[in-house]
Amino acid sequence: MGKIAINNERCKGCDLCVHFCPKQVILHGSSFNSKGHRPPKFQDDGVCTGCAICARICPDVAIEVWR
Amino acid sequence: MQKVYERPESMADVQMSYCPGCLHGTVHRMIAEVIDELGVREQVVGVCPVGCAVFMYEYMSCDMIEAAHGRAPAVATGVKRVLPDSVVFTYQGDGDLAAIGTAEIIHAAARGERITTIFINNTTYGMTGGQMAPTTLLGQKSTTCPTGREAMREGFPIRVCELLATLDGPIYLARVAPVNAAGLVKTKNAIKKAFQKQLEGRGFSLVEVLCNCPTQLKVSPIDSLKWVEENMVPYYPLGEFVDR
Repeated sequence: MGKIAINNERCKGCDLCVHFCPKQVILHGSSFNSKGHRPPKFQDDGVCTGCAICARICPDVAIEVWR
Repeated sequence: MQKVYERPESMADVQMSYCPGCLHGTVHRMIAEVIDELGVREQVVGVCPVGCAVFMYEYMSCDMIEAAHGRAPAVATGVKRVLPDSVVFTYQGDGDLAAIGTAEIIHAAARGERITTIFINNTTYGMTGGQMAPTTLLGQKSTTCPTGREAMREGFPIRVCELLATLDGPIYLARVAPVNAAGLVKTKNAIKKAFQKQLEGRGFSLVEVLCNCPTQLKVSPIDSLKWVEENMVPYYPLGEFVDR
């Protein structure tokens, strides 16, 4: 059981976390941040294991992980 | 629940200037994590390249120096010899290390300087507009070889790790590709090992990281990682070339 927090203002919407998440609980975002990027959305339904692969690939260090 | 992953202390809390999906930021963070884990932040002196990573000194919370194009190993040599207790690393791209800085990196390696080099190979000059680099693959298009690189016209790509492996100075040479979950772990381990080798004080260490450049490849970030895996890895085999 884990959860993540995405810093929307730091995110550049590259969606690498969406593709790297082994549980597919990070979804492509639909709303824009102040710079015009689309940060992804975390689906907090208890499936996330807190493996932190999303945080390891994130090029903008915008993800924090709890487990 | 407790926090298991956050921004490393050696990394400044600022927005980076890289394009979306560029792995420069990922590798910066791995270096910062290794510095934190080894507890050497007060001894670290980093040397920045010229290229996309030119602003690296803004993103790291350790001492950094900006070197002239390709001359980072020469600057690092000076720092390490004046301050032998410091931990010195250079961070260089392929245009910086494999083109204009070829002489510096080969002689720094041949002298066995006790420094660590993180070499980012993305097969292109990202910052200046996607010109052909010495590491551009055969057949790969760039703004200065728009029909694709031809061996009889532009020559062959340089494999830096194999080139330096012929010397006796390097004690650790590895090539890694952080393009999947396993690759991320291996990259971090290789960078950590390179820093540990420097702390042993026996010679030169270099980690070549195969990176993407989604902007110059003109593909999405995830497709650029697939491109690295499918096209770069066959020509630039992964692994440790020297470990002594």
